[in-house]
Amino acid sequence: MFDHDVIIVGGGLAGLRAAIQSSDIADTAVISRVHPLRSHTKAAQGGINAALGNAPDGRDDNPEKHAFDTIKGSDFLADQDAVELMTRMAPDCLFQLEHWGCAFSRTEDGKIAQRPFGGAGFPRTCYGADRTGLYLLQTVYEQAMKRNVKEYQEYLVTSLIADGRSCRGVVALNIRTGELVPITAKTTILATGGAAWIYSISTNSMINIGSGMTMAYRAGVPLKDMEFIQFHPTGLYPSGLLITEGARGEGGYLVNSKGERFMERYAPKAMELAPRDIVSRSIQKEIDEGRAFENAYVHLDLRHLGRDKIMTRLPGIREICLLFAGLDPMDKPIPIRPAAHYTMGGINCNADCETSLKGLYAAGECACVSVHGANRLGGNSLLDCVVFGKVAGQKAAQFAKSVNDGADEALVQSFLERERRRVALFQKGNGLEEPSVLRDDARVILTRKVGMFRSGQELTEALKQIRGLRERFSKLRPLHLDKVFNLDLIRAFEVEAMLELAEIITASALARKESRGAHVRVDFPQRDDEHYLKHTLAHYTPEGPKLGYTDVKITRYKPEARKY
Amino acid sequence: MKKSSRDNVALTILRFNPGDERGPHYQTFEVKATKDTTVLDALFQVLDDQDHSLAFRYSCRSAVCGSSAMFINGRHRLACSTLLSELGGDVIVQPLPHMPIIKDLVVDLSLFFEKYKIIKPYVVPIKPTPEREWIQSPKERSKINDSTDCILCAACYSSCPSVWAGKNYLGPAALLWAYRFAADSRDGVLRDRVGVVSSEDGLWRCHTIFNCTEACPKNLNPARFVQNLKRTTTKETLKVKIPFLR
Repeated sequence: MFDHDVIIVGGGLAGLRAAIQSSDIADTAVISRVHPLRSHTKAAQGGINAALGNAPDGRDDNPEKHAFDTIKGSDFLADQDAVELMTRMAPDCLFQLEHWGCAFSRTEDGKIAQRPFGGAGFPRTCYGADRTGLYLLQTVYEQAMKRNVKEYQEYLVTSLIADGRSCRGVVALNIRTGELVPITAKTTILATGGAAWIYSISTNSMINIGSGMTMAYRAGVPLKDMEFIQFHPTGLYPSGLLITEGARGEGGYLVNSKGERFMERYAPKAMELAPRDIVSRSIQKEIDEGRAFENAYVHLDLRHLGRDKIMTRLPGIREICLLFAGLDPMDKPIPIRPAAHYTMGGINCNADCETSLKGLYAAGECACVSVHGANRLGGNSLLDCVVFGKVAGQKAAQFAKSVNDGADEALVQSFLERERRRVALFQKGNGLEEPSVLRDDARVILTRKVGMFRSGQELTEALKQIRGLRERFSKLRPLHLDKVFNLDLIRAFEVEAMLELAEIITASALARKESRGAHVRVDFPQRDDEHYLKHTLAHYTPEGPKLGYTDVKITRYKPEARKY
Repeated sequence: MKKSSRDNVALTILRFNPGDERGPHYQTFEVKATKDTTVLDALFQVLDDQDHSLAFRYSCRSAVCGSSAMFINGRHRLACSTLLSELGGDVIVQPLPHMPIIKDLVVDLSLFFEKYKIIKPYVVPIKPTPEREWIQSPKERSKINDSTDCILCAACYSSCPSVWAGKNYLGPAALLWAYRFAADSRDGVLRDRVGVVSSEDGLWRCHTIFNCTEACPKNLNPARFVQNLKRTTTKETLKVKIPFLR
């Protein structure tokens, strides 16, 4: 029997940052389906925002300006109190990471280097070349290890143990042995990351399918703002691999097949450094209107940056281009198109990372505080993980210290039995449906019909098709019976979560009859503050998601037109 | 860009399932290959369409998480960043050599990560913490360049004859990280670090064979870092033994 004060599901930046904080006062364990150092954080490239004012032209930056840029970037859907908290905490959180040994690049005078990023008024994005995620993940892993945080590596959590009022741990599949085990706790933090792999064109790791979100949802916690999916402007063609915004931050151009720097037409002032929603839509418009190469991609041109800058600031991008596209960005422009990148929405929680279930917290991309609203600014997701990981760790550990009783044994057993039945049902099978086919179909439907430009008609079609896939999921072929490292079984858990999330995303998008940030309805092209300046909440019901709304917290920034 | 063309490739995989009487054996599958198909894509084709029991590790598919280090056509590579088109012809995939196999292409990395932990892989500052960041000049930062980019995929470790010969030898990855922390201007415990790496199972077991450097899928040079560390260790040891050198 495994039991801890605090368990954290997910070993990425948010989870490990939470573990560091929590382990100072409580017995803490991290449960991860991969070794924590394989988490998706490691693929983050460009940097992490904090108003440090280290760059020569960033001297006038401060947390208020960072907050305003974030709120404007969010198309005014972010909760302003949470954003202010995040940008205020940012500088100290960054210094702490540096004190822990994070390998940031340096300015000439030895400070943390900062580069310009989209939608930001100053060079605010702290970076370590284009491997910031790797350096950050390494740093928090080192610190968690130093504090002897217990690790459950290669355990796939399949369910929360929750009775509708409080959460007392999880049931997890030990991937190495095939055994289902309960891991009980006084508090549980979900830090399972985003879900952008559920789109067929995606920058994400293949493990980013959002199962943490669906577990919370199934346990009665609503999912917030799930219609807001960020498409990163520069996914490598055709794989979708991430080409950092830092490439444009360092001065890269976007060029169409006519040789035009087309961002002139869409964001004449900010150009390539407009926020991601705007740049992605501009690229897609160029593609749709016939000004793309092979009708499929445009160019990201770095050639004028020169060898030195590419080798020192963007070595990882060069490596990705050489490995996957067989080209050197010093000699040739990079073929890119937008790719699903980030889930702005997530598990509904407040600025203390508390959910509606007692003892359940959420942090990082799987959570929705909300600090990103309808569109996240580049460099704010790593910050979100660091700041709210810290908050979640602190609050969860404090709460754990106030709990005196253990988890109810009967409740734990009932969840363990339920998960055992679930596995048995999967392995028995109920038809001939192939899980990988359902997965691939759902991913294509989302990309085609729930993408950057949406319409009521296409969303309605998509919803029907996804419900059809969910129906078919109940008739899966018998899964493989192996105990050890059974990818067939893991995939079934994944596909079930993917299909459920696909339905929630589509239903939320269909209900929001306006265009805001990353959510654009061609049939409702304007932002409609009167009706939709509010967060969507999707609640679980056996018949499908039930939608409701809740107010956006506005402190001092009145919604205004968003021009760049 | 040229249009994708489809070709079939024979993919031979070393299979091993602890529950299977057959023991380790090879099995060949036929996979479809376009010019962009990676070995990892091919493994997924097998898992999805041909054999639902195949086991392998994956995550980022962009050569940074370190999950998919394998032995492909006789070389250490990441399955995610190796194109079938680049290998040209048939492909043989084996798990990382000299490592205990859990199942198929999944190997046990526990010992590898334990050794990494032995070298105390974190910066230990001894000066009082400043209010803002530590000042680290670009020149000081450049001392740890590249050593920070190791993804701990274990390719080097699996390729090292000194590791094969002595199971307790720390190996190239752990020593690379030992160098990374020893060389960081923020770190203040060089003497302790030297003590750890100059043990019987430490860096003197490196015989500069350079397999690690050839194996590294990130094109790092672990052997060079180990040599740097040997130099640092020698200097520090002499300082202790010969006081006027302090």
